[in-house]
Amino acid sequence: MNDTIAAISTSLGVGAISIIRVSGDEAINIVNKIFKGKDLNKVKTHTIHYGYIIDQEKLIDEVLVTVLLGPKTFTKENVVEINAHGGIATTNRILELLLSNGCRLADPGEFTKRAFLNGRIDLTQAEGVMNLINAKTEKARLIALNEVKGNVSNLIRNLRQQILEILANIEVNIDYPEYEDIEVVTNEKLISKIKDIEDELKRILNESRNGKILTEGITVSIVGKPNVGKSSLLNKLLDEEKAIVTDIEGTTRDCVEGTLNINGVLFRFIDTAGIRKTDDIVESIGVKKSLELIEQAQLVIYLLNNNEELTEDDLQILNNVMTKNHIVVVNKIDLKTKLDYNKLPKDFIQMSIANNEGIDTLKNRIKDLFNLEQFETNDLTYLTNSKNIAIIKQCLEKIDDINQGIKTNIPTDIIEIDIKEIWNLLGSIIGETYEDELIDQLFSQFCLGK
Amino acid sequence: MKYEIIVVGGGHAGCEAALACARKKHKTLLITTNIKNIADMPCNPSIGGSAKGIVVREIDALGGEMGKIADLAQIQMKMLNYKKGPAIRALRAQADKTTYPKEMIKVLDNEDNLDILEDTVTNLIVEDKKIKGVVTEKNNKIFSASVILTTGTYMKANILIGDKRTVSGPHGEKTSKFLSEDLAKLGFQIIRLKTGTPPRIAKDSIDFSVLQEEKGDNIHWSFSFDNIPNYNIENQTPCYLTYTNEKTHSIIKQNINKSSMYGGIEGKLGIGPRYCPSIEDKIVRFSDKERHQLFLEPESLYYDDIYIQGFSTSMPIDIQEQMVHSLKGLEKAKILKNAYAIEYDAIYPTILKQSLETKIIENLYTAGQINGTSGYEEAACQGLIAGINASLKLEGKDPLILKRSDAYIGVLIDDLVTKGIKDPYRLLTSRAEYRLLLRHDNADLRLRKYGYEVGLIDEKRYQKLVNKENKIKELENYLKENRINPTKENNEFLKNIDSSPLKDSASIYELLKRPEVTIEKLQEIINIKADKDIIEQVEINIKYEGYIKKAQKEAEKINKLENKKIPENIDYDKVVNIASEARQKLKEVRPTSIGQALRISGVNPPDISILMIYIKKENHERATI
Repeated sequence: MNDTIAAISTSLGVGAISIIRVSGDEAINIVNKIFKGKDLNKVKTHTIHYGYIIDQEKLIDEVLVTVLLGPKTFTKENVVEINAHGGIATTNRILELLLSNGCRLADPGEFTKRAFLNGRIDLTQAEGVMNLINAKTEKARLIALNEVKGNVSNLIRNLRQQILEILANIEVNIDYPEYEDIEVVTNEKLISKIKDIEDELKRILNESRNGKILTEGITVSIVGKPNVGKSSLLNKLLDEEKAIVTDIEGTTRDCVEGTLNINGVLFRFIDTAGIRKTDDIVESIGVKKSLELIEQAQLVIYLLNNNEELTEDDLQILNNVMTKNHIVVVNKIDLKTKLDYNKLPKDFIQMSIANNEGIDTLKNRIKDLFNLEQFETNDLTYLTNSKNIAIIKQCLEKIDDINQGIKTNIPTDIIEIDIKEIWNLLGSIIGETYEDELIDQLFSQFCLGK
Repeated sequence: MKYEIIVVGGGHAGCEAALACARKKHKTLLITTNIKNIADMPCNPSIGGSAKGIVVREIDALGGEMGKIADLAQIQMKMLNYKKGPAIRALRAQADKTTYPKEMIKVLDNEDNLDILEDTVTNLIVEDKKIKGVVTEKNNKIFSASVILTTGTYMKANILIGDKRTVSGPHGEKTSKFLSEDLAKLGFQIIRLKTGTPPRIAKDSIDFSVLQEEKGDNIHWSFSFDNIPNYNIENQTPCYLTYTNEKTHSIIKQNINKSSMYGGIEGKLGIGPRYCPSIEDKIVRFSDKERHQLFLEPESLYYDDIYIQGFSTSMPIDIQEQMVHSLKGLEKAKILKNAYAIEYDAIYPTILKQSLETKIIENLYTAGQINGTSGYEEAACQGLIAGINASLKLEGKDPLILKRSDAYIGVLIDDLVTKGIKDPYRLLTSRAEYRLLLRHDNADLRLRKYGYEVGLIDEKRYQKLVNKENKIKELENYLKENRINPTKENNEFLKNIDSSPLKDSASIYELLKRPEVTIEKLQEIINIKADKDIIEQVEINIKYEGYIKKAQKEAEKINKLENKKIPENIDYDKVVNIASEARQKLKEVRPTSIGQALRISGVNPPDISILMIYIKKENHERATI
């Protein structure tokens, strides 16, 4: 038997109402104990009822209660949702009442976990839900919704079907070698079939990279010597987008100084050592620190001072910057040029933060770099999870192996080992191939065994 | 009369089972309804073929008899897929239907611990869910510690021709009526299966001059690792190829409702094999195909029957006549024996453990068609394993259970006991996950050690294997240690075999990775001394090294799951949230490991996740108590 869990499923204190969700065999009984109104044990499934939440005889809040009987619910269990009037104190009070009447506080993601374990959703869908919960921009939310609906699963399923047909044909050739009227899959015939699969994998990968960008955002480092204007640039960028600047400290691995939303994509500016520190304190960011920042970022903005000559250190950093998505910005063009432009990449941006010049050019460059305009038009069916993207990459490696095998005349039935592997790998994305490691990982993600 | 082991049935499963037990020094009795039909081949006159040929070699590696007898009985040898990769090659022999049983009976007769009795078993003696012996028609009770049932198609056999259903075995023998009723009472699920066989034609009534001849290979082959083949390659008996045509198809279509399969017969029919369908089935299912290939195969050198492989049917006799006469070369053919289908009882095999012992009656084993398989080779390998395991149990030892990555035999048994069957089970290459590891050429390297451990391979033969292993290592080392230099001569040689010239010196081993370079060709520039079979192993290892490693890695991954054991006494009703179909299947199969559980159809990965959590939790709780 599963115990009954409860949690507040809207953000505390945000919005006019808050919803408390209860799931489990005892969900209806427990809510009934604290509900004044109809007897919830006697109402039809998927109905909403008006009443009050009470503590003994004391009225706590006026509520609407939705009663959903399993299995036609998100978790496949009995579910009750209490729509309360919001307010941190009231909502918490209702939750406490539920807990003292036999519910257990749900672990993070536990509703999703139950939905998965009860066979309501598959792995990609479960991950989609997690993404949906964590979605920070509207587009990220749309992608997550698509995953929940199973569009990604269908994409993978179709591709697997295509592969299965190739496998079946090869196997028939092996088992009925004496029958001459079955089409024989030769290595030559395999080439075009493999090409089709490769194209599809690449398409998924490309779009998935975008998807990952959309859900996880892009980490940006501004690198440069002290006094070059890093903090001014950051403030400038963030100031202009005041409405969207949020402080989400602690929610990501990095220490994020601020976030910027361009065309629905979240840019997270990271800095662990004091971009914000005041300029009169001598900054101790040396070459080593800069290199670390470059390493961590998906986009590096390298800020140089127009009024200073390039040093050996600058050039070393520049070399590293070039290995990443990068934009080189020369600040302080209002001052005298001492910088040797010939040593910079041709597409550097000239800027004067003091005079508000070049900021828009920088933003447009960022849009171009990540094809942000194009994001508007896509159908948003992507894999958003890095693990799954890694699997697609593995599949593409197998495609290379297959092509290599064809080139060196390896028999078709042996090349099939790699084709089958791709089939298995894709299966693990949608939870149709059992992967031990995957389950272990899933356990950790869903806090199982607690 | 008192025996240690009784084997019921003298077909291919029964012979291997009885021999294994007797050779392991257990007093064994083989009971058959008709001594004349021991090791009979009632269907196709061939042994081996894709996947099955590899099984015969596996039987031989483990110390079974089929390979040796097939070598004696063969009248034509062919290595299938020879020009394709080494992973799918399989030997196939046209086997003389007179010689095969004759030679097998000789071997049985010479076995010290084995008695043969002509009688019919009607009941099993069971006490406390333990087998105690059998009851027969003539001899009443015969007691034994173990019983192996290898009844083939003889349980409630019916012969079907057109709209006629006769109670009879393949040669008109009496059939065992009571045994399957007895098994049902004991709790076995009885299923009804069906298999068919084509007409046999008089040799001199066929016009072979208009048909395509199919000859044996020009290379010597043998199934047994202990035989050095020396038959006369020129003397191999040919087969012939013919095709169905428009006329054949229209005869079949016009008369389809007379076929017992398509409503010609009253009452429910057993389930036929999907993988060797009758000709009327092929024509209905693949209606757009203009012709179907048929092989004309001689049954024996000692009589004139020609077997039309691919033409099995359950049409009435007069229609069969028309069908045969529509074929090219067979216009005037004389039918010696009509095609028929045979229906019989089998048990649903998920009732078996992987040792082939039944789960519900201790020391009772079953093997062959009674377990729902089709084919001589499938039967023989089960007989061997049941014989070995019945003996090991009496000796107080653990059973021999071959993994799917060990042998096709392992694949077959695991499929039967894990997935059950829907139609008579035929072994196919595609049923194996690790074909590249389960090759026909390395069956001895894979399995002989097991044969030696269980005592069916003697010291001398085992030493031969150890020698072979050593020689393989020696040759590999030699090829790694010796290098070919980029001399003018060597590069000239490489150019001649369409290989690119060397810039630096390379080890022979590296050079052999090139597909166009072989040890045989290299003999021109360097003297490599090794036997043919050693060279074969080494070359396969070198040329497919990457793929072999991949397959091994995959197999290890799966074996890890095989090692995750499910407690024998697990109560699946206590595992919440498992889908109900999965729960029912798990209760029925009672898999021993997570790996096996995963292969049960209807049990999906999420069910396994839940099962894993349950087992982890249980273990955890038990550990903390």
